Amino acid sequence: MSAQPSPGPKSMRTPLSRVRYLGSSHSGTKDFWRQRLTAVAMILLIVPMILIVTMMLGRNQAGAAQILGSPLIAILMLMFIAASIWHMKIGMQVVIEDYVHDEKLKLVSIMANNFFSVAVALAAAYAIFKLSSGV
Amino acid sequence: MTARIERPLSPHLQTYRWTLTMALSIVHRATGMALYFGTLLMVWWLIAASSGPAAYGVVQSFTASWIGRLIAFGYTWALMHHMLSGVRHLVWDLGYGFKPAEREWLTWAALIGGILLTVLLWIAAYAIGGGR
Repeated sequence: MSAQPSPGPKSMRTPLSRVRYLGSSHSGTKDFWRQRLTAVAMILLIVPMILIVTMMLGRNQAGAAQILGSPLIAILMLMFIAASIWHMKIGMQVVIEDYVHDEKLKLVSIMANNFFSVAVALAAAYAIFKLSSGV
Repeated sequence: MTARIERPLSPHLQTYRWTLTMALSIVHRATGMALYFGTLLMVWWLIAASSGPAAYGVVQSFTASWIGRLIAFGYTWALMHHMLSGVRHLVWDLGYGFKPAEREWLTWAALIGGILLTVLLWIAAYAIGGGR
């Protein structure tokens, strides 16, 4: 990324002086922190999640819908969906930033990642809400 | 002053001797990517459950098939491995476990623990669900 045009050979300014004080938006560690935050959330939620999936085994749609629509399980599912989708969105962005070096392709990939993550999160949440309202 | 400065590049993977922590670092990423696209299966299952018996029947016939079962088994392992491998990263984040023996031990624990948990969960699933 070259935000500033190069002032050319006549300039006496060093590269450092040209970037100094243009910098930090003070959010550099935001994704790093949220990745850990959502990881710990999922570790706390993994046992309830395993139990919920175990309860689903061998049940038909009516049974599964009844379990997934009960308040405690629906809330636990929503918490896990929020934590996991946020976590995976950040994870995929890190991978894109590491391996996609073409600037435009990188921006398109990051957009696609955001769209995919939001779509998956909303679809999953919609299903839980629908089951909870018993429609 | 040119716009692009030729800086020295750090050596890439093939330069280094293959190590366990290195291999597991790649596996951590790979399982993360697999789980990313695996969420589509989770959404399919949830949407089907909220849609009705016909849609849910399609999911159940898929999970009962050998390919569906293989994917579900792989998904379980990816999740368990990524979780334990992630715990290892949290330990490192807190500043512990960097000594050679410690980091090897942590990495073996994540690898073996992930496989062990997956097998145990599937044994439990078959015992409870009767293979459904």
